[in-house]
Amino acid sequence: MSELLQFLLSGVTVGAVYALVALGFTIIYNASDVVNFAQGEFVMLGGMTTVFVHAAGAPLPLAVLAAIVLTAALGVAMNKLAIEPARGAPVVSLVIITIGASIFIRGAAQLIFDKQIHSFPAFSGDDPIRIMGATILPQSLWVIGGAVAVFIGLWLFFTRTLLGRAVLATSNNRLAAQLVGINTTFVMTLSFALSAGIGALAGVLVTPITLTSYDVGLGLALKGFAAAMLGGMGNPKGALVGGLALGLLEGLTAGYISSQYKDAAAFIVILAVLFFLPQGLFGRKSTDRV
Amino acid sequence: MTLLQIEGLGISFGGIAAVKDVSFAVKPGEIVSVIGPNGAGKTTLFNMISGVYLPGTGRVVLNGEDVTAMSPHLLARRGMCRTFQNLQVFQSMTVLENTIAGYHLQESGSVLADLLNLPASRRRARTAEAGARTLLKRVGLERAAEREAGSLSYGSLKRLEIARAMALNPKVLLLDEPAAGCNAVETEEIDHLIAEIAASGVAILLVEHDMKMVMRISNHIVVLDHGEKIAEGDPATVSRNPAVIAAYLGAENAAG
Amino acid sequence: MRLTQKSATLLALAVIVALAPLFFPSSFYYRVGALIFVNGLAVTGIVILTGWAGQISLGHAGFAGIGAYACALAPVHLGLHPAGAVLLGAAISAVLAWLVGRPILRLKGYYLAVASLGMGILISMVLNNERDLTRGPDGIDVPDLGLRGALKAAGLDLSNGQFWYFFCGIALLLGAWLALNLFNSPTGRALRALHGSEIAARTVGIDVARLKLQAFVISAVYASVSGSLLALQNKFITPDVAGFMHSVEMVTMAVLGGVGSVAGAIFGAAVLTLLPQVLTVFAEYEQLVLGTVMVLVMIFLREGVVPSILRKIRGAGE
Ligand SMILES: Nc1ncnc2c1ncn2[C@@H]1O[C@H](COP(=O)(O)OP(=O)(O)OP(=O)(O)O)[C@@H](O)[C@H]1O
Ligand SMILES: [Mg+2]
Repeated sequence: MSELLQFLLSGVTVGAVYALVALGFTIIYNASDVVNFAQGEFVMLGGMTTVFVHAAGAPLPLAVLAAIVLTAALGVAMNKLAIEPARGAPVVSLVIITIGASIFIRGAAQLIFDKQIHSFPAFSGDDPIRIMGATILPQSLWVIGGAVAVFIGLWLFFTRTLLGRAVLATSNNRLAAQLVGINTTFVMTLSFALSAGIGALAGVLVTPITLTSYDVGLGLALKGFAAAMLGGMGNPKGALVGGLALGLLEGLTAGYISSQYKDAAAFIVILAVLFFLPQGLFGRKSTDRV
Repeated sequence: MTLLQIEGLGISFGGIAAVKDVSFAVKPGEIVSVIGPNGAGKTTLFNMISGVYLPGTGRVVLNGEDVTAMSPHLLARRGMCRTFQNLQVFQSMTVLENTIAGYHLQESGSVLADLLNLPASRRRARTAEAGARTLLKRVGLERAAEREAGSLSYGSLKRLEIARAMALNPKVLLLDEPAAGCNAVETEEIDHLIAEIAASGVAILLVEHDMKMVMRISNHIVVLDHGEKIAEGDPATVSRNPAVIAAYLGAENAAG
Repeated sequence: MRLTQKSATLLALAVIVALAPLFFPSSFYYRVGALIFVNGLAVTGIVILTGWAGQISLGHAGFAGIGAYACALAPVHLGLHPAGAVLLGAAISAVLAWLVGRPILRLKGYYLAVASLGMGILISMVLNNERDLTRGPDGIDVPDLGLRGALKAAGLDLSNGQFWYFFCGIALLLGAWLALNLFNSPTGRALRALHGSEIAARTVGIDVARLKLQAFVISAVYASVSGSLLALQNKFITPDVAGFMHSVEMVTMAVLGGVGSVAGAIFGAAVLTLLPQVLTVFAEYEQLVLGTVMVLVMIFLREGVVPSILRKIRGAGE
């Protein structure tokens, strides 16, 4: 029983990170129909920038803030330099562009930072908290809490603010949104900033647990992408459920079956889900109008 | 003798009925037109008949066989083909290749033969090409044969779609606004072409907004309004029908 | 008589394979050339699947992995000749592609991308983790094909580099010939048609699901043979051959060069295979350069380098 709880707790922690990465995919996809494979690099940048700004003498909170702001700025730059100019290109070209951008960011990180593995102190110490025979690190609570806060914040943003509704309207129908006077270019910029910022936050929260280095982005991007597709691309609820489901699956597989095959479970389930629901769990079914 | 029988077809999108309980029949060699104001459900009806949409209610019977919701490629084997209101040409292929694609059922054989460029594969392709060139001549596109389809004008693409559909040698041909975007001369050519195809025994189902053309070539007219069939009959009867005049011709006359 | 595009491509390719060695600064370039040809073979399969049929795969390296490990394992465990192992690998890849392709090819765009990605990752995970069979991430030895020895006995003495250069060059020519045959055949036309409009393709009688599956299987066989040749010439293989980055590399080579044309894709394979060799001096900047090239080419030469340039030349000529 406590064993199960232990696996679930670690699954939820990992799942919360995947959910945040998947959310980043979702936000950008909704604004621009682009699946941004550089999403994982934002997570890497969040962790690495914090490490280096902190090492340079800044207090941790300031380093965190700097990391999030810088990564968001990079997201905007990426949109302006690589995505906007390629508007309307076929899916496969967009895949290459964002993978190209991610390789570029990785290469730059390796030059600007280094190739070592880094970390910084956990926010609330390293003493495990005991719950019914299982333990959880305080930092895991930070991760889970951070994810909850982001999802609630975003939900409020989309439902309660004019700007948030403009973003939603754009994702539903770009042309119609333009016709009613929404600046869709700005919505795209905002989405990249938001998505990069959320990615960086995820990186900040998880680094004390998993450590970071210049090359952690790719694996996270693949998992986040898989989680987003599992939930149904373009749906924040799907990102949350997909991310958590993937994290739990990994936790349980690693615990009960084999840690080597934990990734396999995730992808087998994705293939199975897509077999029955070609649009993912919450994705919209699309019909071609002819 | 009925070739195509439509029985009580209906479909709704998001709770709103786009087509409701529409029935009619088409005989070989007959031209049946479906008319109605914008958004009446004509294209949606075509989509259900041709297997693009899954009908919510009703049946489609072709040659005595229930073909409701059958995949379009199987309908093609049974002799049904169509053109599209929102053009569906193979943009990056040449005009000739687009037309040859219409011969797919005749020309396709084993992939292995195609990979190895065996004589059988080449022979099939040559036969299809010869047929395609003849068809392009019939629709007046022989000079554009080697051009990329994406570079053609709207009216030419409409004719290309007709040629591609004719390549299947269909028993039933569904044409969704074939004359849209064509000038008067082109419209008249299409008019003749349709009459010719029908004369060869093909049943034609036509959606067209050009009323002069519809009245001139139709044997039978079905009028849709808000998804429902409000009238049916020969051109003279339909054009005198008060409900039709109110729903459709009235608007046209008022505008003209 | 004007050359058809098919014969022009094949002729140019044959001339390059035959004459390029005259310009090699060192015998090391035989090896680079052979690598280019092996990659060229894999991307030719991507051209069929992605360029013509319009279907994306981010997992094709999985099939290369199967082809490679078939050559490593079948001779040892089944006593098969390495050449037979190439065929066995291709057959396994084809069967697997057929089984996996049926469900996943119903998916569109990014959904297909993630499903194929999952398939590739599953294959590479098996290669990494089934240590008893594959020896895991450290890699495994691959037996000698034996053809070079046979040629030597017959009086044709080639260095190892030369042998693999010409052997892979001939394999690529053969692969390109098959693909170019397909392009103008009824099957090739149907593939390109369903790429243009699936609905219209259906209405002319094209069995879209079946055609996509055929393209998937054919491209899987290309990837598999490419993996086999890589393993045989290196006499050693690691699971990286099946990794995600290798899948991305295949797609990138094809798309950068021009995924719609065999010549373009092979050009892309050549450039991206050469790039790291040229950049060894600036190894640190390799990723920066590669990333920049990927983004810039896709923005400014959308159809890929070769088709975009050809179009410009033709446009200027008219
Ligand atoms: N896939 C779909 N999803 C939602 N609504 C649809 C769909 N297809 C058609 N409709 C709706 O069904 C109604 C009928 O549309 P349809 O295109 O059949 O009209 P039409 O008679 O062909 O009009 P037009 O003369 O303008 O071509 C419209 O209200 C349309 O918005
Ligand atoms: Mg219509």
